[in-house]
Amino acid sequence: MTPRLQVTGIAKRFVDGDRTVEVMREIAIEAHAGEFVSVIGPSGCGKSTLFNIIAGLEDADAGEVRVDGALVTGHREAFAYMPQQDLLFPWRRVLDNTTLGLEIRGVPRAEARARASALFERFGLEGFERAYPYMLSGGMRQRAALLRTVVQERPILLLDEPFGALDALTRMEMQEWLAGVSAEFGWTVLLVTHDVREAVLLSDRIVVLTPRPATVAATIEVPLPRPRRLDLLADRAFVEGETAVLRALRAGSPGGATGTMSADGVDGAAAGGRR
Amino acid sequence: MNRQAARILPVILLVAAILAAWEVYARASGIRPQVLPAPSRVVTEGWAFRGLIWSNTLPTLGETAAGFSLAVLAGSAAAVAIDFSQGVRRALYPVLVASQAIPIVAVAPLLVLWFGFGIVPKALVVALVTFFPITVGWVDGFAATERAASNLLRSMGANRWQVFRLVRVPGALPSFFSGLRIAITYAVVGAIFAEYVGAKRGLGIFMQLQQNSFRTDLVMAAVAVTAAISVALFLATYAIERLAIPWHEAARAGRGAPR
Repeated sequence: MTPRLQVTGIAKRFVDGDRTVEVMREIAIEAHAGEFVSVIGPSGCGKSTLFNIIAGLEDADAGEVRVDGALVTGHREAFAYMPQQDLLFPWRRVLDNTTLGLEIRGVPRAEARARASALFERFGLEGFERAYPYMLSGGMRQRAALLRTVVQERPILLLDEPFGALDALTRMEMQEWLAGVSAEFGWTVLLVTHDVREAVLLSDRIVVLTPRPATVAATIEVPLPRPRRLDLLADRAFVEGETAVLRALRAGSPGGATGTMSADGVDGAAAGGRR
Repeated sequence: MNRQAARILPVILLVAAILAAWEVYARASGIRPQVLPAPSRVVTEGWAFRGLIWSNTLPTLGETAAGFSLAVLAGSAAAVAIDFSQGVRRALYPVLVASQAIPIVAVAPLLVLWFGFGIVPKALVVALVTFFPITVGWVDGFAATERAASNLLRSMGANRWQVFRLVRVPGALPSFFSGLRIAITYAVVGAIFAEYVGAKRGLGIFMQLQQNSFRTDLVMAAVAVTAAISVALFLATYAIERLAIPWHEAARAGRGAPR
């Protein structure tokens, strides 16, 4: 079966004067429809650059992005992108912030509003349609930003460290909520994070990157049923998943953490050159 | 209302103290009113000539409005051009900066020479002294747009014009209003200066005529009117800002949302 998203052989270099910095090479990621895939790596390894490349906002030096088998490298239509900051515009009411993507695409205002309003309850934002963003709490702002992303109804969601700026407690609540809502709607999600627990809690598969130049150190499957709840944190399989990811991160070099925690089906596989 | 009163009380006290000291000095020293009239004399004489002062105020207001409107239009257009084209920025920005170094004293008579004694040279002087803060306000505001916000819109499929309209302009409005406030304080003075060079009517030419006939009290009455107009226009920018971007004040007072 053709994967919903197939990223292969992505490479990126930055030229800084007469110095060339290699940011990443041979990045490969795969996600089937309805799957939740996380990309985890040390800070500064180029995760956000990778996301910008997939989203078509930056050019790669090599590699391709395919959606349902079609080559879409450099195209933006297939992706709904949620950046690190919520970027809710202070001059727009919450509802008008969430319809932004539809408005840009030329969807009539009434229809855009109706489509966004329909999601407000599930996103815990009911009654705040006409509020301004500054009136919302941190968690609500992130949910509004996610609503703005998903209402575009694009095949793949790209979430770039969406909960990075939240306090620990709110972050956990948001993770559990996202686990539930993404499974409920059957979204295909690619999430960038540096939070191991977040990755294991949410993902079907975790792509672990090495430090710069980033390559895929390991691709780890998390076979626990989704949606997962926070009370799973002490579960043995969960802890083993976390350990596998941590080891792959620590190993640091490609192939350094292959096939470690396979006892309970937590499968680590060197995937640097996987096609 | 009580808080409002508490806010304006200090300035009222300060102005009252200065006027009182001036009044006492003018009366006690026996200084001639042609040299330094007492405030009370400025008020009573100014009131006595209120018809004349008013008929000279109207043209000045007209010139200020025309010149300032021109400055807002031209200043905003220049800012948009600078924002859209690196070439325009490199060509135009230095010229605009240099234009601010032109001594108005030198150029105002030339403008009268070229455009006559009507409203045009006055409006041009007002525009010349006020457009620059407006342009800089916009340009700085545009530049402060977060790259991430532009990226977000581009990911949604926005073209350059949509990014400009949906993020750059609304995000730059607070900065524009700051520029507008600086500009408006120069506007009335610019009009009066232009009238000094040559006009049939207006506060500038009125001041010059009264000066020549040693009516210092009436000169000062005209100065007081000028100051009152400037302060009123300055306050008006706040009122307009509140109407135009109500989210700004609220967001600042609240959590301080990112721009």
